Amino acid sequence: MILNWRLQVLTISSIMDEASYQRSTHFTARCSVLNQPLQPLSFQKGLRDGIPICLGYLSVSFTFGMMATEGGLPVWIAVLISMTNLTSAGQFAGTALILSGGMYIEIAVTTFVINIRYMLMSLSLSQKVEDSMTMPQRLGLSFGITDEIFAVAMQQRGLINARYLTGLILTPYFGWAAGTFLGAAATGFLPLAVRSALGIAIYGMFIAIIVPPAAKSRPILFVVAIAAGLSCIFRYVPVLNTLSSGWVIIICAVIASGLAAWKFPVAEDDPEEVPA
Amino acid sequence: MNYPKILTAVAIMALVTYLPRVLPLAVFRKKIQNRFIKSFLAYVPFAVLAAMTLPEILYSTACLWSAIAGLATALVLSYFNRGLLTVALGSVGVVFITETILKLCGVPM
Repeated sequence: MILNWRLQVLTISSIMDEASYQRSTHFTARCSVLNQPLQPLSFQKGLRDGIPICLGYLSVSFTFGMMATEGGLPVWIAVLISMTNLTSAGQFAGTALILSGGMYIEIAVTTFVINIRYMLMSLSLSQKVEDSMTMPQRLGLSFGITDEIFAVAMQQRGLINARYLTGLILTPYFGWAAGTFLGAAATGFLPLAVRSALGIAIYGMFIAIIVPPAAKSRPILFVVAIAAGLSCIFRYVPVLNTLSSGWVIIICAVIASGLAAWKFPVAEDDPEEVPA
Repeated sequence: MNYPKILTAVAIMALVTYLPRVLPLAVFRKKIQNRFIKSFLAYVPFAVLAAMTLPEILYSTACLWSAIAGLATALVLSYFNRGLLTVALGSVGVVFITETILKLCGVPM
């Protein structure tokens, strides 16, 4: 349960996984099949354990590629974003702001706020890696911390080494880049009427991420309702609606999360366990 | 296409995505103890996505009616735990059908 929730919370933004509770559970189950406890944590085992994550990433990054080129970005920029960011919600939001002509500071703060959850994962992972891991290895491997890679890494028995983590990151990284390219390249072949309908795809994806956990957890429902309500106020109330979208998102998120953290604090022993 | 501006923005995104990943593993190596901050961080992603989706989704298509149809589709499909791609493409499909019907009926969009 704890791991499931962690996967789920951490996934939220991370569209990378399918993000629904069931998917996460299923995903965890699939991965644990691969994790024979006595197998040494080799580079090859890392590559192998990364395959299920890679497959999951293909479909999500395919959608990202479609969204980016649909918005007017060339294919190579879409692929560049995926290869330098390797995250889901953060790069979706950042790309949306680029397309709408957002300011650098908006792009920076919005992306940072969405990705701040990686600090939690990186913190946990720092307790789990071998002490002998060198600084260059830490600098390189921390780039590859995503919700799913983190979840699989934390499932291993004992401490994990750099070789295993490298393999575990490489396969999903390839999937994320390849899926983006395929999605971006495919968009050009679609008729105009279909492309106009694609505008809703990214929001459909966001809904697919927030609705399943919100249906199960009152605090999450609370957060979602407050954030969405505030966002509507900023859109429709005169004066307030002059604020640009990046700032509105940040203000709404800070107020809603702050209220929820005050009203529904997470369990002391498990930071990711939100009360149901 | 303003490439310098776009590439700068991409570099900024990459940097602020990398920082929270690298700092704890390479530099801090300490646990966050404050319960409020831990709770706050756990809720942030939900809040961000909710604020980004509403009311923006209503203006993401050719007209309000097709957007409402797409939103309803996404809500229903996701409530029944359909996968990410299914929900996204399902709402796209409903928007496409709605707009095609509206066009056939001569409704201005």
